[in-house]
Amino acid sequence: MPGQGGARRAVRFSRLPGFLTLLRTEFILAARRRADIVNPLLFFVTVLAMMPLGIGPEPEMLARMAPGLIWVMALLATLLSQESLFRNDYEDGSLEQLALQSQPLYFPVLAKVLVHWLVTGLPLALLSPLLGMMLNLGAAGYWPLFVSLVLGTASLSLIGGVGAALTVALRRPGLLLALIIMPLYVPVLIFGTGTVQAALDGYSFGPQLAILGAILATAAALAPLASAGAIRISLEN
Amino acid sequence: MSWQWFHRLGSPRWFYQKSSAWLPWLGAAALLLLTVGIVWGLGFAPEDAKQGNSYRIIYIHVPAAFLALAGYYIMAISGAIGLIWKMKLSFVVMRAAAPIGAVLTFVALFTGAVWGKPTWGTYWVWDARITSMLILFFLYLGVMALSGAFSREQSGDKASALLALVGTVNIPIIYKSVDWWFTLHQPATLKLTEASTIDPSMFYPLITMIAGFYLFYAWVLTLHTRALILQREWRTQWVRELMGTSSAARG
Repeated sequence: MPGQGGARRAVRFSRLPGFLTLLRTEFILAARRRADIVNPLLFFVTVLAMMPLGIGPEPEMLARMAPGLIWVMALLATLLSQESLFRNDYEDGSLEQLALQSQPLYFPVLAKVLVHWLVTGLPLALLSPLLGMMLNLGAAGYWPLFVSLVLGTASLSLIGGVGAALTVALRRPGLLLALIIMPLYVPVLIFGTGTVQAALDGYSFGPQLAILGAILATAAALAPLASAGAIRISLEN
Repeated sequence: MSWQWFHRLGSPRWFYQKSSAWLPWLGAAALLLLTVGIVWGLGFAPEDAKQGNSYRIIYIHVPAAFLALAGYYIMAISGAIGLIWKMKLSFVVMRAAAPIGAVLTFVALFTGAVWGKPTWGTYWVWDARITSMLILFFLYLGVMALSGAFSREQSGDKASALLALVGTVNIPIIYKSVDWWFTLHQPATLKLTEASTIDPSMFYPLITMIAGFYLFYAWVLTLHTRALILQREWRTQWVRELMGTSSAARG
């Protein structure tokens, strides 16, 4: 068990198993709250189905707008699901227990964000080729859309985690969370749609994917630290 | 001993008393430079060969845009100082800087739009710089909204300081990505890059305006900080005495 030995070295060696335990716990918790998994996906599909009704069913126009629409909807779906990221743990006090541990908060936060991504971002990415087909996206765009969403939604989950941690102590953070996080999503959105657009125009989309990967690497290193700091601030409230 | 000045800075009371002496000078210098710059820029600088008189809006637009960006860093750095050294005063400065920066960003966007209509034929273009200024505006609004959302003041201070810092990391990334996005979707009809070499006769009034805006910013920031200090410290003895004596003097 993590941290039981008390000796500093034992704590360090037990960090990985501790992380796996955290992951498993988060998974079980996520599996027991099915609505939290299904609702963002339903939102994603429903709103995208509204789009042709709003802007018209012309295939050429839909094809032109498809990458942007799918990406913006993925962004909104991630954002909406983010509010509950730390909420339950905050309310039942387990977030406080995690913060009191001798281990840094970085790993519990990373575990939560990783599971959040696995149950929202990854399914969104898996669904995206189907929605691309419905919106008449060119076949050349399916693979880049999927890969860019896999990388991009992971960054979105990480960045959004900071916002979720900052607002967890507030009673109704929904709109505020969107207001503070949306501007930070801009680079991911630009390079995400850029990937698909480049592929559709017949260019190589490797550079855009590489930048998305770089954003993900930076976010994975820094965002959980910021979230951990934000959680400590929220717990003081 | 050498750090004494730094620790003194943490005291709102010390700042309030010291800044009383700075304020008139700061305000006078700011107004003087702004007046000289405006008269010089709007009245005496030569007309632009291509844009005619409409270019003169740069005497407002450019300094406002300068300070909109610098103001974000001033806000984020004072937030960071507050988080690291737990200084009361720097959180107050951070809170005071947020609305001022947001207004300056709005001024920059608005004057840009006004200038864009006669020059480009449209108020709004999704140009790289305009878009990143718009996002900067949203970042300011986010910091302001978050700082006001907490019932406990200290939590609001720390949370918005952290958000400002996260924004600081993001600003260069956002700027670069928007720049890149713009070159991808370049409409190729408009060029924001005016003649990069500006004539000295137009440049000197501009520099005067920029210096004037910096002083004006410092003045307004100090005034706003002082107001917030009084609001926060109204329970303390010194604020009560201050208020008591001033009302007694008036009455």
